[in-house]
Amino acid sequence: MATSIVVENCTKEFTLYYHRTMKAMATAAVRRQPLRERFTALNDISFTVEQGESVGLMGLNGSGKSTLLTLINGVMTPDKGKVLTRGRIAGLIATGAGFHPQMTGRENLFLNGAILGMSKNELNRKFDEIVEFADIGRFLDTPVSHYSSGMYARLGFAIAIHVDADIFLADEVLAVGDKPFKQKCVTKMQEIRQQGTTIFYVSHAAASVRSMCDRVLCLESGHLNFDGPVDEGIRYLQYDEAEEGLEATIDAELGADI
Amino acid sequence: MARAANKRQGAQTDEKGRRKNAAKRARALADRKADAMPVAPTMTGPQLDRHVDAELVSPSPKGGLKEVLANPYLLGLITKRFLAAQYAASVLGLMWSYVQPALRFLTYFMLMSLLRVHDGMPNFALHLFVGMVAVHYFSETWGGATRSIWQNRPLVLKMRVPRETFPVAAMIVAAVHTFPQVVILTIAAISVGWKPDFAAFGYGGLGLLLLMVFSAALGLLFSALNAMYKDFQNIVTTLMQFMHFLVPMIYPFSMIYRLRIDHPVMYEIYMANPVTQAVLMFQRFFWYPTIENADTKMPWCGHLKGNPEAFANCHIPVEFPPDMLVRGLITLAVSFVLLWLAQRIFKKFETKFPERL
Repeated sequence: MATSIVVENCTKEFTLYYHRTMKAMATAAVRRQPLRERFTALNDISFTVEQGESVGLMGLNGSGKSTLLTLINGVMTPDKGKVLTRGRIAGLIATGAGFHPQMTGRENLFLNGAILGMSKNELNRKFDEIVEFADIGRFLDTPVSHYSSGMYARLGFAIAIHVDADIFLADEVLAVGDKPFKQKCVTKMQEIRQQGTTIFYVSHAAASVRSMCDRVLCLESGHLNFDGPVDEGIRYLQYDEAEEGLEATIDAELGADI
Repeated sequence: MARAANKRQGAQTDEKGRRKNAAKRARALADRKADAMPVAPTMTGPQLDRHVDAELVSPSPKGGLKEVLANPYLLGLITKRFLAAQYAASVLGLMWSYVQPALRFLTYFMLMSLLRVHDGMPNFALHLFVGMVAVHYFSETWGGATRSIWQNRPLVLKMRVPRETFPVAAMIVAAVHTFPQVVILTIAAISVGWKPDFAAFGYGGLGLLLLMVFSAALGLLFSALNAMYKDFQNIVTTLMQFMHFLVPMIYPFSMIYRLRIDHPVMYEIYMANPVTQAVLMFQRFFWYPTIENADTKMPWCGHLKGNPEAFANCHIPVEFPPDMLVRGLITLAVSFVLLWLAQRIFKKFETKFPERL
């Protein structure tokens, strides 16, 4: 099997700008406040993923999951290290991110599909399938600003899942959809997993990750601290096995507060 | 705020970045999100071996104008998105891009007629219109491209598109808006007896190329700058206020040409402006062929009737700079260098877009 994703010593830093106007900058300078600060979102991350592997990405909010996903998607480039991928990527970084509210569902469908790398012919061929999966009915020709958030997400997901990608990235974007649609999505993802697509799945729902993935990466404050089997990863993240470790943490926390 | 950041980064985390209460938070989060996503059974049977016929490459787009033009389908769709955004919730829609130039044209024409600036100048309206179309295209391209990255930040931040697509789409929109004006201009020229020669076509083509390359370079550069500091779109608007007076359209070029003797440096600065040169070339293309044989006597020439020699020389001189072609070719070469530089700078700033938008 071929390597699908290579992430090598990846570091991504952001600069936090506290002041945007000249006046605010001058005030801050007088008060000796910092004008900007570096923030390391990802710290020296390395791993490789084989084609067909299904990887769960877990971690607390703000641990760098989305940053890692945008790096693999190619929206951002790492400051240090490199990211390499093989084949076509369909990213569900944010469903319907490219939708323009004034344009109709149909127009947005074509635009979004083209951005995800589909050609005109491919889009025309898959159009019916996508519309059927999205299940938005007669709303297809109304501007997407009239859509409910569920419809919005459904259309976005339907486009991305039909790209026939070699790598499929799914962020926790499906949280907006309703239960039956989510079920449909997960089933569809299992289907493309079966077809040998590499899947990168971000979720906090342990059971869902367990059923979808055969490997878990745990990110903590930008560090890749765990890379291995699913159950172990979930246990690692929640300290399930080390009860006394938990006690110690709570004690330490209380101590710090006093 | 520094302390807050320290707390976030240092005090509460160990060397591996693990926070002290991470496990507790992880459990709480997992509890809350336990049924956020449903479980679908893993499919039975062996997984298919998908053969991917591609190299391992960086997932981010290489960028550059070449890649943008390599996917005309996507470029077309994004251009359509621009048009939709521009005329959202507007009844007149596209008409608005004609109302403004039309009113400006009328204002200038009336004002200049009252001031008698163009007395004795044949087909002054055409002279003015040529300049206005060129400046309109330039200002739409430059201004539109400058705002393009900022206006499309949801796409820039979330989707993998070569980012040069946005300024390029803005340039296409500007061209689409200017095209009907060119048609009107051509009809107007024909109606006053337009017979362009080969030289006229040459100048017209060179002027068009010059204007396109130069405005593309500026648009690309300023779209990146404007993503960093939004002041730049106001700078562009401010600079454009002067542009109507910096090109020879409401006054004849001969007035400027006469000034070169006393102010050679100012003249060089005036002529260095690629838009000025383009306007001159367009006038050579559209306007000059209609007036070659026209009467260019100035109204006060009547006073000189007693002196036949002076009377014969008393006409408004229709002049073009003698070095127009050489200067134009050099400026074109410089503009291409500018475009290349703009692309380099764009590439450099591009990595900073996500944190600045």
